[in-house]
Amino acid sequence: MTPRTVVRVMPARLMDPTAAPDWRLVRLGKGIMETLIQQLINGLVIGSVYALIALGYTMVYGILGLINFAHGDVLMVGALVALQTMTFLMGMAPGMSPLVMLSIALLVAIVVCMLLGFTMERLAYRRLRNAPRLAPLITAIGVSFLLQTIAMIIWGRNYHTYPQLISTTPLQPIEGVFITPVQITIIFGSAALMIGLLLLVNRTKIGRAMRATAENHRVASLMGVDTNAVIAFTFVIGAGLAAVAGVMFASNYGIAHYGMGFMPGLKAFTAAVLGGIGNLGGAMLGGIVLGVVESFGAGYIENLTFGFLNSSYQDIFAFLILGLVLIFRPTGLLGERVSDRA
Amino acid sequence: MHTNPVSPLLQLQNLQISYGGIQAVKGINLELYSGELVCLIGANGAGKTTTLNAIGGVLPIAGGDIHYAGDRINTVPAHKRLRRGIALVPEGRGIFTRLTVEENLRMGAYTRNDKNAIESDLERVYTMLPRVKERLPQVAGTLSGGEQQMVAIGRALLSRPKLLLLDEPSMGLAPLVVEKIFEVVQTVAKEGVTILLVEQNANLALEFAQRGYVMESGKITLTGTGEALLADPKVRAAYLGEAA
Repeated sequence: MTPRTVVRVMPARLMDPTAAPDWRLVRLGKGIMETLIQQLINGLVIGSVYALIALGYTMVYGILGLINFAHGDVLMVGALVALQTMTFLMGMAPGMSPLVMLSIALLVAIVVCMLLGFTMERLAYRRLRNAPRLAPLITAIGVSFLLQTIAMIIWGRNYHTYPQLISTTPLQPIEGVFITPVQITIIFGSAALMIGLLLLVNRTKIGRAMRATAENHRVASLMGVDTNAVIAFTFVIGAGLAAVAGVMFASNYGIAHYGMGFMPGLKAFTAAVLGGIGNLGGAMLGGIVLGVVESFGAGYIENLTFGFLNSSYQDIFAFLILGLVLIFRPTGLLGERVSDRA
Repeated sequence: MHTNPVSPLLQLQNLQISYGGIQAVKGINLELYSGELVCLIGANGAGKTTTLNAIGGVLPIAGGDIHYAGDRINTVPAHKRLRRGIALVPEGRGIFTRLTVEENLRMGAYTRNDKNAIESDLERVYTMLPRVKERLPQVAGTLSGGEQQMVAIGRALLSRPKLLLLDEPSMGLAPLVVEKIFEVVQTVAKEGVTILLVEQNANLALEFAQRGYVMESGKITLTGTGEALLADPKVRAAYLGEAA
């Protein structure tokens, strides 16, 4: 994690307004600014990852009205498959450039997760297409447990150190503000993926078929759209994004574990609801907003609660937001239609 | 090609359809020859829409057979029926309200890959439906009912159908708009597209159609040329609002 600057100075000037300018206060002012920027960067990094995951939730919801609670575990599978690949490559070709190694690992993870997404839809969800809506929801939770258990059998219950193939040595673009090359890669990589996804959905024929199917399966099939294939494709794309998000998440924190998908999955779901579930732009916005709020929350929770809670309670913020959104704006920031589904 | 002048393009044999435990269509026979405009009329709940949906492939059948162009297509899924040339304009138009008008039209050409021909077909649709052309970039949900019906028909035409199934194109529209839509239907029929038209507005439908079938509680009770049915006292009494 990045070092956090904590500046505490006695505000002497507040006690005596006539006193000469206190230079320590000026320094504190600068420190506040730097902390703000730092929190913003941290928030953008984690928010980008949330956004990528949230897109998978929101796409599947948009087309099926299903909350795929196993989506977070796809992220975990992606991270661990990539880890396995990197370990294998390090053994086989120790001289390989880290960037090539990471690219291969990422590619393998994406392919495996896409297959997983496809299989999940085909075996678990397709036959429940016309079932009461609680059935696929419970199935999704079951799939989540299944994936975690399988991962536990394969990779064990221990935390694995994640290889840092992109440097984690912090750069200092502004004095006192730190950002690592991994974090820069995460921000730009996810931005590129999101732009790519928007182009796919809004500018291509398959994207048009996805939107048509999301609106009306029956009429889409009357247009000659194989709606089953489009739905499978949606799962596959979402799973591919989750694979990338998983590798990003594990690289950022330097750790991977069979249960690592649960929390980011839940938070990305929150992000999707925050943005307006079913809405792609909403998932992106929701992810970023959630990441930033959480980051600021983590940075200031100690001050806000007078030291009662520390930054390890940062998860409070995501779920506080979920609660507030569900109470005051259930359609989310960008959601237009009131949905009674899920 | 399996079709020849004497075998029907579409043939329903003892077709039965049930849903929710109720038999909505109780064994009907219907034939449609290439180039014909035939209407299926009857009261609300007679099973007309059900029949059309089954031909389009969006409703499974419980018994009997659907033959199209010489093949039995009972279990062929809807998206493959379109590829064979069956296009259904569903009841309530089935517009994609969140897509633009142009995107809606292009969805009609989804199965085609002949780019140039698609563009020229689009132009043809625009000349046939000038009101639609003005609205291309608009989200289709903002169109009036009549405009949506035009888009729905234009969209179906972009698949270059051999058989066009129209489900109540006049529903909920003002008389002037209905007239426009029937003009379009007639133009399409003249171009050689075979049309099966379901209508509650029996008078209008029989005027345009060469032949008609009358459906009552899931059965076909009467059939004949449009003129003959228009003159039939039973039809006049039941569907044209005249005293017997």
